[in-house]
Amino acid sequence: MSALAHVGGTSGTTGAGPAGDAPPQERAGRRWLPYLLLLPGGLWLLVFFVVPLLQLFTVSIQSQFPGYPGYYYRDVNFSNYLRALTDFAPQFGRSLLFAALATFFAFALAYPLAYAMAFKAGRWRNIMLIAVIAPFFTSFILRTVAWRQILADDGPVASTLNALHLLPGGRITETAAAVVAGLTYNFLPFMVLPIYASLERADARVIEAGGDLYANGFTTFRTVTLPMSMPGVIAGTLLTFIPAAGDYVNAELLGSDGDKMVGNVIDSQFFRVLGGFPTAAALSFTLMALILAMVFVYIRRFGTEELL
Amino acid sequence: MIRWLQNRFAIIVAVLVLLYLFLPVAYTFVFSFNNYRKSNIVWNPQGSPTLKHWQDPCGAPGVCDALVTSLQIGVIATVIATVLGTMLAFALVRHKFRGRAVSNVLVFVPMATPEIVLGASLLTIFVQGFSRVGLGLGFWTITIAHIMFCVSFVVVTVKARLQSLDPRIEEAAQDLYAGPGSTFWRVTFPLVLPGIVGAALLAFSLSFDDFIITNFVSGNETTFPKFVYVSYLRGIPAQANVIGFSMFVIALTLVILGQLIGNARRSSK
Repeated sequence: MSALAHVGGTSGTTGAGPAGDAPPQERAGRRWLPYLLLLPGGLWLLVFFVVPLLQLFTVSIQSQFPGYPGYYYRDVNFSNYLRALTDFAPQFGRSLLFAALATFFAFALAYPLAYAMAFKAGRWRNIMLIAVIAPFFTSFILRTVAWRQILADDGPVASTLNALHLLPGGRITETAAAVVAGLTYNFLPFMVLPIYASLERADARVIEAGGDLYANGFTTFRTVTLPMSMPGVIAGTLLTFIPAAGDYVNAELLGSDGDKMVGNVIDSQFFRVLGGFPTAAALSFTLMALILAMVFVYIRRFGTEELL
Repeated sequence: MIRWLQNRFAIIVAVLVLLYLFLPVAYTFVFSFNNYRKSNIVWNPQGSPTLKHWQDPCGAPGVCDALVTSLQIGVIATVIATVLGTMLAFALVRHKFRGRAVSNVLVFVPMATPEIVLGASLLTIFVQGFSRVGLGLGFWTITIAHIMFCVSFVVVTVKARLQSLDPRIEEAAQDLYAGPGSTFWRVTFPLVLPGIVGAALLAFSLSFDDFIITNFVSGNETTFPKFVYVSYLRGIPAQANVIGFSMFVIALTLVILGQLIGNARRSSK
């Protein structure tokens, strides 16, 4: 379960762990073995990930048949992209902003939990690990609906805050704050697991040494613990930010019409707007390109060569 | 006192965060006893708490069918994704070969792609190509999609375990004249097994809880999360709460039991 340690996939040669390197000499007869191991999974990803993406791209540059909504012809038409970026810029902005906020809050909540699991939990460690995953089984839709009830106008949170006059708008649901809270909650496990995995591998003795050398708690954390858990922090922020940026369920269930994200637009263009396929495809591709660009910059900035 | 708090700060925050994770689950549980009239959103004090939804968990039309579909897809997707992912992980960690860097990227990018893009792209091929070969949207397209996004998570989990193995153990086995086959099956595989089990568990929970991709490729087929989402507008029946909470308890119990048995075995050796 020490899951998701290095999401980037180690490039192997850079000594990731004691067994990171392949055996020095592969026997000649077994040279085909890695390809055999690779074939079924690689083929699956090729057929059901790469090919669909290419197909989506060709859809994204199709044109509508004038007068026949829902019919397209193949050509090279990038106006769908222009439309995606101009008409839906606010939704793009919200997606990135909400996802960034949710990632920040999830990090603040996840790190102490992962830290306690790795260093303080003792024999409770595995139970806590299971507890982090178990809510998945209730279904995240049910849990998001539960948040709607918890944050409702007459619910415990809103009425307490209102009694203390701490809630300027008077309500929490149907606001951007509720959407960010929902995103934070839903993707928290994806932040906890990789941070835990990297802290678990860290040597507790190194951290103790920091204390022995008269560093105080905070200095030890900042200069020793945090850098050691960096691969996990990077993996965790990516695994939180990416699904949060593409999510539409939280905005649908917790937000108002003014809090809609790109996911909501893609969903409705696909399922509710006749002839919306090319626009939806262009929006999907733009979202993916934006995210991949940000991921690349982020890994370049913070990542070691262990990532990508 | 301050010292005491300082020592336990991380544990206290951790317990609070876990409670936060469980809060909506507790809400789901409480509202499974609600004697609601039209929709199960507001607590109705008259006649609540009631056990009637627990006595008749399949009482809402379609809810148990959806659950069975989710469990079937979960099991099939988990088995196939775990096998494919484990093979990939072994290839990537234990072998040097041409195209390894590309393979690493191929495994990583699906995780860096938002679910909605995965769902939308799969829908375009399922709609345009696969219906011609008789594969309409439904059970199998959902299963195919779940296997696809679970494989990457299996690979990273198993890879982490493989990389943390001490190579000296396998060298020792070979020094003791174990051939490559028996070294693998009697030494390496048992050591990696906890990672594989963890990966399978993760794959099952991801498949069981997936909604966004499923919603794109499911056609008329309904999984449990889709059932809940679709019935949200009309009002989610309390039977969904009963089933959702029961699945949470069953999963928790099974894994903790497995853990305890594992611990007992280890200490008896």
